[in-house]
Amino acid sequence: MVIDCEEVWREVSNYLEGESGPAMCAAIEDHLRGCKRCVAVVNGTRNIIRLYGEERIMEVRAGYSERLRHRLETSLPLRRGTLFGWMVAFAAAAMLLVAFEIGSSSAFTRPYLRSAHAQPAARAIPADLAVVVTDEAKIFHLPGCGVIHHRSTERTLTAAEAEREGYVPCVRCLRKYVNVTRSSYGTGAAGLPGDVPSNAPAQVLLFSHQ
Amino acid sequence: MVSAEARSVDSRAEQLNEEILIRRVREGEHELFYELVRPYERRIYAAALAILRNPSDAEDAAQDAVLKAFKNLRQFRAEARFSTWLIQITVNEARMRRRKDQTAMVDPIVESQDREGNYTPRDFADWREIPSETLERKEIREALARAVASLGEIYRDVFVLRDIEHLSIEETAKALGISTANVKTRLLRARLMLRDLLAPGLGGSWANKLSFAKGNKPW
Ligand SMILES: [Zn+2]
Ligand SMILES: [Zn+2]
Repeated sequence: MVIDCEEVWREVSNYLEGESGPAMCAAIEDHLRGCKRCVAVVNGTRNIIRLYGEERIMEVRAGYSERLRHRLETSLPLRRGTLFGWMVAFAAAAMLLVAFEIGSSSAFTRPYLRSAHAQPAARAIPADLAVVVTDEAKIFHLPGCGVIHHRSTERTLTAAEAEREGYVPCVRCLRKYVNVTRSSYGTGAAGLPGDVPSNAPAQVLLFSHQ
Repeated sequence: MVSAEARSVDSRAEQLNEEILIRRVREGEHELFYELVRPYERRIYAAALAILRNPSDAEDAAQDAVLKAFKNLRQFRAEARFSTWLIQITVNEARMRRRKDQTAMVDPIVESQDREGNYTPRDFADWREIPSETLERKEIREALARAVASLGEIYRDVFVLRDIEHLSIEETAKALGISTANVKTRLLRARLMLRDLLAPGLGGSWANKLSFAKGNKPW
């Protein structure tokens, strides 16, 4: 088989990938023995494939890995254990809201929530705190949190609404609250002030209303 | 020296490790997901950068792609390679962003998508080898990146997946939703155009300053 330059060019990719049949290979090699121009095409193409195939060509911006890791840490749903703790806290908060409503409707004016003992060492998220959510993840943030992406889909709502819609708090901008729910309801009383009665997770939560 | 056999044992071990990681992440150990992605984080960034041509867009796309991969991890089938799957998600994400940007533009740059026919390489009597060692130099890496960025997108996408990301022809076709015949045609053209662009002493004057190894001809 005798082939011309144009046929060599059409086939050069397949040839370099070892995809040309034996007859085509022989024809190309035969052609190359007599055609400097096609030798330059084949060599150059092989050179291009090798250069771009090198791992070294992939440069990343400084801090790329750290930012990716951080985005994952702040966006992935919390683990089951933690999520469970959060659900317990949420249930407690819901019960408390009911209790609070009963309390206020019966003209129970004494601010028992302001007992002198209870220091607000631990805080839950105020139900009416303005938070933002986006399409990106089931996470709610304080406005302006650095890990919010997809800002175009941002919505503002209250923390209580966000919870109802299934969002969980950002571990970065809402860290102080998240830690509270973890320590108070996850592993026992570790996060509670010493003089808070043992039946008082509700109080701890309510005290969060600043 | 590492034998081919040792390498294949290595990659088998990697694959096993990957399977275990995937299972554990699915079972709730979400913090392990980064470990799964880490070996490919450079590759997904490179793919996104080549498509979007802007570092910060590329980084956003890479991050979003990783989150999508996490959300869809249940759909990942063990018969595919995790790396390929992740790269495909990244490429989809980057191309979606590019489309959005283009429709947002008042006067989009129209690319000649139709002329996929024969391409005549520029006539260089000789090709002087550009040695891999020159990749140590930043200006060389930049010149290579600029050359890819200058390709029309239908060529760029194919070239990135096949020659930079090392997907197979079939995987490339699947990722881009085109036929394997199309992949081959565009790949050939992309490679020839890059050769023209980077021909020492011509398209790239940067190359003049380099001392290329001469007479590197197998024939
Ligand atoms: Zn010829
Ligand atoms: Zn946040």
